[in-house]
Amino acid sequence: MTLPLGKRPPLLTMSHIEKTFGTDIVALKDMNLTVNEGDFVSLLGPSGCGKSTALRLIADLTHPTRGRIEWQGGQGKDDLGIVFQEPTLMPWATVAQNVWLPFRLKGQGFGSVKGKIDEALSLVGLDNFANAYPRELSGGMKMRVSIARSMVTRPRLILMDEPFAALDEITRFKLNNDLLELKEAVGCTVIFVTHSVFESVFLSDRIIVMAARPGRVIHELEVDTPYPRHEEFRTSNEYAAHTRAASDALHDAMGEAA
Amino acid sequence: MTATDTGTTAPIIDAEEAERARRDKINRIAKWTLPSLVMALTLLAWHLYVTLNEIPHYVLPGPLLVGSSVVEDWSILWPAMLTTSRLTILALILAILGGVALAVAFTQSKWAEMSFFPYAVILQVTPVVAIAPLLQIYVESAFVAALLCAWIVAFFPILSNTTIGLKSADHNLQDLFSIYGATRWQRLRLLAAPSALPFFLGGLKIAGGLALIGAVVAEFVIGRAGTGLGLASTLLEASYRFNFGRLYAALILISAMGVAIFAVTSLISHLMLRKWHESALKRDA
Repeated sequence: MTLPLGKRPPLLTMSHIEKTFGTDIVALKDMNLTVNEGDFVSLLGPSGCGKSTALRLIADLTHPTRGRIEWQGGQGKDDLGIVFQEPTLMPWATVAQNVWLPFRLKGQGFGSVKGKIDEALSLVGLDNFANAYPRELSGGMKMRVSIARSMVTRPRLILMDEPFAALDEITRFKLNNDLLELKEAVGCTVIFVTHSVFESVFLSDRIIVMAARPGRVIHELEVDTPYPRHEEFRTSNEYAAHTRAASDALHDAMGEAA
Repeated sequence: MTATDTGTTAPIIDAEEAERARRDKINRIAKWTLPSLVMALTLLAWHLYVTLNEIPHYVLPGPLLVGSSVVEDWSILWPAMLTTSRLTILALILAILGGVALAVAFTQSKWAEMSFFPYAVILQVTPVVAIAPLLQIYVESAFVAALLCAWIVAFFPILSNTTIGLKSADHNLQDLFSIYGATRWQRLRLLAAPSALPFFLGGLKIAGGLALIGAVVAEFVIGRAGTGLGLASTLLEASYRFNFGRLYAALILISAMGVAIFAVTSLISHLMLRKWHESALKRDA
């Protein structure tokens, strides 16, 4: 069970992070953020605000020009999963083989982790598709495989970079609901990059609003509606209020950028 | 009107679908019958042209004479064909080994690529006909000299396609491999190699044809010295003797070899890609 906001132990701290590309493009400027265990944090902002860069820094795919990222306990970056905007599956491998990848790269044979693979596929509702090839799946199903792969090792942290942006709205809503259930089942922390106010309010309990040029954090909002959240939440007054607050914050971000 | 007209058990096929099914069926039959018909008509026209105009056989032999040459000269043609086949297949195998090994070296080390790629290009763009006489001088065995010629022509498409293929792995997948701490070897085996496979197979189809062309050119140039290599040497020799029946028989066998190589490489490509690659997928509608 996730602890209430404010009582969660910190998982990772970004302090005074700055990232410059080339000599003059400042992707991130003085970013400070503490992510706690069990948080569902959304990074919300217009394109060019450095939200994807922040994710890549956390994943250690790129390194900060200045500042530090500190992990509290555990192995840090070795203990995370990632979901990209594209499903990013290997087309030559079956669904089960794709989900096996994180184990395989650690030298674990298929047989020894088959139970975990089956369980992950079952969690995303793809029990019967283990032997299918990615091309046989719809866009939403491919994304489910990608999510299963990110969760199969039960990492402490899952990074998601606009995973549902390319999907139709009906599929997106369904996946939003399922993602919340999955997070409860797996008990991980999620950092979720999005440019959708609605998605960030529905999913997260913390929204970090970012502005562009230079990329920086300008607001932080809390969505204190307790989980589990269901479809009814989308039509509640509470949701409307949070959405308005997040929209205003995003408006600020756009105003400052212009 | 009776209920049987719209019976629920029978599948409903609308006019458009029925028309398409009919067209598909005709296409399937025509795909084989039309080329066969063209072949038969061409042979007939050739035969009539030769017999009606009484063309001497040392200018243009008729199809019957060519056919009987294939049968009568089989004891000469068959060993020649074996030699040319051995030359072509060995050259192709060496081209695959060399091309793939060099492509892997190029993608593993930028320095290796910078140092050697220009020379691979030079080797490719220099006409093999111009290199063959030199090889003949420096290399004792005519077979080895011819093999080198065929290899030079065949290896470049494998090298260049495989190099591009190895570099074409999806960027997000590469990041994923980094996140999970993949080793260099895992990256090559599990990501770069499968990504390169369609490119490699494309190169293989081209290289198969080129290996044969290289072998034929090498036999023309090197076999001329009286070493009598394979089918192309036989063809050249037949032309000196005005034995045009044998010349045409050799030509037909060379061309049959080309068709066989293309068929085999296409089959390999299809078998390896049919499960997942776009190029091998059947689409509806």
